[in-house]
Amino acid sequence: MSSFTGTARLARLALRRDRVQLPVWVFGLGGVLAATAASVSGAYTTDAERAAYAVTAANPAAMAFNGPVLGTDLGSITMTETFTVLAVFVALMSTMAVVRHTRQNEETGRAELVGSAIVGRHAPLTAALITVAGANAALAVLVGLLLNANGLSPAGSWGIGLALGLVGVVFAGVAAVAAQLSGTSRGANGLAAAGLGLAFLLRAVGDSLGEQAPGGVTTDSAFFSWLSPIGWGHQLKPFTETNWWVLGLLAVLAGLLVALAYALTAHRDLGAGMLPDRAGPATAPRGLLRPLGLAWRLQRGAVLGWSVAMVVLGVTFGALGEEIDEMLENNPQLAEVFRQFGTDGTPADMYFGMVLGLMAIAAAGYTVQALLRMRAEESSGVLEPLLATAVSRPRWMLGHILIATAGTVLLLVLLGSGAGLSYGLIVGDVPGQVVSLAGAALAQAPGPLALAGAVVAVIGLLPGRAVALAWGALVVCVLLGQVGLLLELPQPVLDISPFTHLPPVPAAEVAVTPILSLLAAGLLLTAAGVAAFRRRDLTM
Amino acid sequence: MTAAISVTKLVKTFGPTRALDELDLSVRTGEVHGFLGPNGAGKSTTIRVLLGLLRRDSGEVSVLGADPWRDAVSLHRRLAYVPGDVNLWPNLSGGEAIDLFGALRGGLDPGRRAELVERFELDPTKKCRAYSKGNRQKVALVAAFASDVELYVLDEPTAGLDPLMDSVFRSYVQEAREAGRTVLLSSHILGEVEALCDRISIIREGRIVESGTLGELRHLTRTTVSVRTERPVTGLDGLPGVHDVRNGDDTTRFEIEPGRFDAVLRHLAGFGVLDLTSTPPSLEELFLRFYGGDAPAEAEAK
Repeated sequence: MSSFTGTARLARLALRRDRVQLPVWVFGLGGVLAATAASVSGAYTTDAERAAYAVTAANPAAMAFNGPVLGTDLGSITMTETFTVLAVFVALMSTMAVVRHTRQNEETGRAELVGSAIVGRHAPLTAALITVAGANAALAVLVGLLLNANGLSPAGSWGIGLALGLVGVVFAGVAAVAAQLSGTSRGANGLAAAGLGLAFLLRAVGDSLGEQAPGGVTTDSAFFSWLSPIGWGHQLKPFTETNWWVLGLLAVLAGLLVALAYALTAHRDLGAGMLPDRAGPATAPRGLLRPLGLAWRLQRGAVLGWSVAMVVLGVTFGALGEEIDEMLENNPQLAEVFRQFGTDGTPADMYFGMVLGLMAIAAAGYTVQALLRMRAEESSGVLEPLLATAVSRPRWMLGHILIATAGTVLLLVLLGSGAGLSYGLIVGDVPGQVVSLAGAALAQAPGPLALAGAVVAVIGLLPGRAVALAWGALVVCVLLGQVGLLLELPQPVLDISPFTHLPPVPAAEVAVTPILSLLAAGLLLTAAGVAAFRRRDLTM
Repeated sequence: MTAAISVTKLVKTFGPTRALDELDLSVRTGEVHGFLGPNGAGKSTTIRVLLGLLRRDSGEVSVLGADPWRDAVSLHRRLAYVPGDVNLWPNLSGGEAIDLFGALRGGLDPGRRAELVERFELDPTKKCRAYSKGNRQKVALVAAFASDVELYVLDEPTAGLDPLMDSVFRSYVQEAREAGRTVLLSSHILGEVEALCDRISIIREGRIVESGTLGELRHLTRTTVSVRTERPVTGLDGLPGVHDVRNGDDTTRFEIEPGRFDAVLRHLAGFGVLDLTSTPPSLEELFLRFYGGDAPAEAEAK
């Protein structure tokens, strides 16, 4: 019996468990890409329109979130508009699936039972990687077929598909390593997400600092983009240069990560992480002995991790703010476009309004994660003995809701302050910029907080579906924010996302009505969720 | 005696499954009440309804005179619960978890906590994720017995404990009874039930099939009789209440329902009885009878 015995059986088990989840991801992402490609070809029918697109898309804020402008053909526009956000989702699909079939099985004790059967030591990890690689291969084929059917060139269509699939495989490798390092699936997912965040940030900086290519409308990304697997996807330039060798980079990195993961499995026991457990206190500190204290204890790690991420992102985007002025000097057409938006703000205000609006959606990732902790406590069974003490259900919920709300506000203030600090250093006005941008970031808080209400509501009303619905709602917000305008979706559809309703402060005035309405909606939904939770059975 | 727990016609359904089907249960104040039944019979569901964690569909439930759903918080100050499957926060130490449960229940006695930690040989500095099943149960037991409450609800609390710890557990249950506390103890360990419980209730398929002291339950089941006679015994099969007649050389064995001895003894006397032993059902037989497909004798007699 080799150390891989049983791999095929375990892979079939993994596919059986994921028979709904992975197809939803694959067809969902493929569908978004196809819809965007269709609307791009509808929206940019003339050369002039496509040239105008290239001008507006080549600004630091847009490039930080979308990627470099690769050309004025429909394929390149589709690539710029969709690749980054889809790559992030493909990476999340892959990391979560790998952790689900490796570390989570160890944590719950399933791996012990499986490992006692005729199953080799490397079989579980191999089965997880095969499953996830299969999902990514299916996505690559689907994307290639759909884009080609949309009239894009075969080379470009398959290029996007393969790049997305390989990015997924790379992050499957990242998750495989993370699952060896961390002793918990929560920790492994966190580590993998941090890796994804770093990859996103590196290419955001590189693409944002990109220079206009000589004589053309395309952008040459700066060196940092070449440090990120997501950045490599853009550098494939599937519809213009088609640098197939870039795919080799992705394959090699994936291979290295997987090899590292296998090497690490040899150095640890089943169920253990790489870091040993330390002893804890024999008695509890006073602060822990209340529902709020317990909630803080359980949530503080997430708050800390997200805080670091927000400061880094804020400082980075603040530093990039300088680029916008320089770019406008060199690109009068873009300056004209900015003026046409008809806002009172300066170009830098426009930039920060856009960046902070998009980052508020990212911060909502924390909000959703923090609130879903309640559902995790319930389904893992730790809530049962807790609610058998003299703690009322609303009091328990309010502890977590308070931490999630305060944490969200803190993250936005840190984001704005970070941006204000670095941009303030550049323009020589640190206190002024910190106050102004922290305030601007805070003006976005009603978005995540309204979403928070929806999450509490589904926890109360639909506990069995709460996790999928809550993350699904966030995905819808991200997609509406990223591609909603491009798809020319009708306003009522865009209005589904709470983030649509908030003006891009500091480029626009703070609007009181949407802020108050969103906060009221969040509050009402929260109250509904708490009331529903009070009236329902505990659901394991 | 007043009832610490009183349940009448309790119904709880999960979708199409009728988990509790008009269940009646009565636990007297100050007694240790065994709550027994096969896996999946509805023990934990009943306990969760008693704690207000599940909402009943219909029926009357009163715990310490309160409605567990409506008055959950005030009721929970007066009881301590040890779940069958103790899940704890992996990143808290055992000591922190004990203090947390104690504080949320309204405070615990530090001296008693220290004594319990020592007697259960628990290392309170370990993180909960490092504990075995038995050690997680010890955490819940220490937190429960260190609280000054009127009612202990214990759902298979010793399933993961070694025999030494089991005896420590038994001494604390005895102590609680002597102090006038009420204990509802769900258990599969028959020796524990026999040693601790004043009365027991047996649940099967969501209904209580029998309730009473062990002695009373014994009287409801068949006794095994072995009789040695001068001449081979015939005609036993035809007598009411006699089952499983097996004839040996000079020894005949059979089972007999309670209350049927008189006619059988008269019949046997005609064959020259040399020797007769009557064995009441062992605990195992008793429970197999009540748990399994065999209906208890009383039900047969009806």
